[in-house]
Amino acid sequence: MTQATLLQQITDYASRADPYPLYAELRRTPVARQESGVYTVSTYWEILGLLHDPRISSDARNRDPLAGGPLAEPGEDANLPPSFIRLDPPEHDRLRRLAMRPFGPPHSPRRIHDMRGELARMVAGLVDGLQGREQADIVDDFAYPFPVMVICKLLGVPHEDEPRFHVWAERIVTGLDPSPDQDQAERQRVVQQARLELGRYLAELAEEHRRAPGDDLLSAMVAERDPEERMSLVELVTTAVLLLIAGHETTVNLIANGTLTLLRHPDVLKRLRGEPGLAVPLVEELLRYEPPVQLLPQRTALTDIDVAGAVIPKGAPIWLVLASGSRDPRRFDDPDRFDPDRRDNQHLGFGSGIHYCFGAPLARLEAQVALAELARRLSNPRLVDDPPPYRPSPVLRGPRHLQVAFDGVVP
Amino acid sequence: MPADTAAREFRRQGRVVVVGASLAGLRAAETLREEGFTGSLTMIGDEPHDPYDRPPLSKQVLLGRTAADDTELPRRRRLDARWRLGVAATGLDLADRRVRLADGEEVEFDRLLIATGARARPWFRESEAALDGVFVLRTADDASRLDRKLAAGPRRVLVVGAGFTGSEIASACRERGLEVTVAERGPAPLVGALGGVVGAVAARLQREHGVDLRCGITVTSLEGDMAGRLRRAHLSDGTALDVDVAVIGLGAMRNTKWLAGSGLAAGPRGIACDAGCRAFDVHGIVTDDVFVAGDVARSPHPLFGYQFLSLEHWGNAVAQAEVAAHNMISSGLERRPHLWVPAFWSAQFGVNIKSVGVPPMGEEIVVTQGALGENRFVAAYGYQGRVIAAVAFDQARWIDFYRRLIESAAPFPPVFAGVDRRPEGARPVPADFPDPSLPTHGPTVTLSGYSPSERRLQFTPARA
Repeated sequence: MTQATLLQQITDYASRADPYPLYAELRRTPVARQESGVYTVSTYWEILGLLHDPRISSDARNRDPLAGGPLAEPGEDANLPPSFIRLDPPEHDRLRRLAMRPFGPPHSPRRIHDMRGELARMVAGLVDGLQGREQADIVDDFAYPFPVMVICKLLGVPHEDEPRFHVWAERIVTGLDPSPDQDQAERQRVVQQARLELGRYLAELAEEHRRAPGDDLLSAMVAERDPEERMSLVELVTTAVLLLIAGHETTVNLIANGTLTLLRHPDVLKRLRGEPGLAVPLVEELLRYEPPVQLLPQRTALTDIDVAGAVIPKGAPIWLVLASGSRDPRRFDDPDRFDPDRRDNQHLGFGSGIHYCFGAPLARLEAQVALAELARRLSNPRLVDDPPPYRPSPVLRGPRHLQVAFDGVVP
Repeated sequence: MPADTAAREFRRQGRVVVVGASLAGLRAAETLREEGFTGSLTMIGDEPHDPYDRPPLSKQVLLGRTAADDTELPRRRRLDARWRLGVAATGLDLADRRVRLADGEEVEFDRLLIATGARARPWFRESEAALDGVFVLRTADDASRLDRKLAAGPRRVLVVGAGFTGSEIASACRERGLEVTVAERGPAPLVGALGGVVGAVAARLQREHGVDLRCGITVTSLEGDMAGRLRRAHLSDGTALDVDVAVIGLGAMRNTKWLAGSGLAAGPRGIACDAGCRAFDVHGIVTDDVFVAGDVARSPHPLFGYQFLSLEHWGNAVAQAEVAAHNMISSGLERRPHLWVPAFWSAQFGVNIKSVGVPPMGEEIVVTQGALGENRFVAAYGYQGRVIAAVAFDQARWIDFYRRLIESAAPFPPVFAGVDRRPEGARPVPADFPDPSLPTHGPTVTLSGYSPSERRLQFTPARA
């Protein structure tokens, strides 16, 4: 089997339910040039090294236009400038810093911690909604609405606007998963329309929050006093859309992958029921074992780089296969075993370096709260389909639906 | 008895004494248990407190965000140890394998770990040091007293010495809205640790944050009033300053006095040990049953020409303690060297500073990312054509890359094209360290020559 066909197999939808044996194959050549011109990096230490390497750019403008990189860039809008996830320092640093100021340490160390009660109420409400039923789609009925509620709260979207926000979010996020059975042009149009309306809405919302600031991210970002630093309106909208999209799909997949993994490991599910604190290491192990972000496809070499005996040439696209690195037996003992008691679990689930997941502390808490609540309240839950149907994307990987049957909902 | 049988036996029922109950002592004790040591364990510490963390003392504690008695170190596991806290060790008898304590007790050991750390260098004139309002900052009690004093709203605080501790104290004072003067003997803050180029950035940061920074100046005396309260400081330029508080930040001194006459190679620069953390005796012969870890240790490092390094770094204390503990209960080939690449961090004036390698060895410096003028940058230090260290201001997430450059002796200046490389990073300039033989507040890494024995402790590496 050649490497080229291996990568095709990985991106092939047929492998979505279990790409891990293919990653093991891929790791035989830690840095491999693919037929498309893409360089895959699949082993832990090499990925970690490149994530901290200033010779790697996240800005697609540095990519050799003749080089490959067949994956569509999901989530970006041609009408908006790149968000900070696709920028290098110093632009990246400025935008991320401004977004972080109201979100996490050092300026807002308690923001996420203080949301715990609210998150628990949201999750409890969603599980309450399953009462009287014997089966539910954990994706559509639970994992999907939850992060949108959270991001609305964070951005300061008024309660009465939430339904509109949900519709836009859903349209944009579904648009990330191109499915062959639909008219691409029509799909694009729907997504563009939703983005446009969302952008307009966010711009108006930002203006309202400038007039009447609240305790939310948008208010803080428009209130920045230093004119050198302050985000322009376009940057503000771009950043808010980024937080919505990046914080949504990933969390849905984390919760859905988590539910699926728990149902496949009933002993762990049982432990979690009696020991809610287990949710903390369990979510870390999930991020290693079934991470929502499988690979980072948008890095580019700024110069020739020697890695693991190979040279990645200047301008070449690099795919960092995080999910493979987190299963590297050189780093993790028995890597294909799901073990919530695993020690020294420095997984690559959130990446590393300057693009380390912005929302990591929030995603952790969301998944901990959601999985502990599901475990406690669903009695005798069973998987209806195993494997469940997956979303098309090999990058943001997770079930499209997760049908779970249960005997009842415990109060 | 073959060595591995002896090691097994020791592991089962040996007697270990750890002198020093701070970060290194605690982590070593935990590692001993973690790796299966089931013998007796005695922890001796001169402070009455359970092991606590020091970095927050000059940061969160001085900002009033964390109480000084609230920085206890998290415990990794149960220790099942005998604790003798609040009692200093006063002597060591190598022949009889006993540690003498201040209360007269003698504790016997089969193996000893010395992790007595360092203490703040006091103000040189005792009567002035005793004035109400004169502080050092090393212990939780120091931090608690200083915090209370700062909370009372002094008119002006004088910080003597602009090393990391002094600079962090000045930063905390400014954040509390207090007037601060910093007096530094060298040409800039942090100059001993990071050199003049980066020191100039630190100086600008201080001034931008309203610090009255005076460099190239020393404090000649501290003057008290009739009630013994500090009221004025006299400076070497002939001026005087009315102050209620003076914090002495003149670096640290190794706690080795209790080892005088013990026969170990212990002196003001620490206790010399090999890379396996075994202490040397005064003849330069390595001992088998005495181990050293943390600030008090000085050990040779292959990456830095096998020179003996003394490191006052949190990460070093942890890593060295783990190696020392492992080696205490292992024999022969199972033993590991302590090859940690020096690294430390600081937080001051809203900037996170992180460094890796040994900057004071650097002859030249080049800004590889960002710009000095923006207070956000990474700079690499070069020594004899290779990368020897790096420092990041608000760019800490890149530091791992530079650590690997240092570990692989990558050429200096580094030639790579990278993100945020600016024109000013095109050419290296002299790193501008002061002559190491001149006294300063003291860098956090000290190179102390090649010989483990006491006689050559005055050795100062020649500067190219």
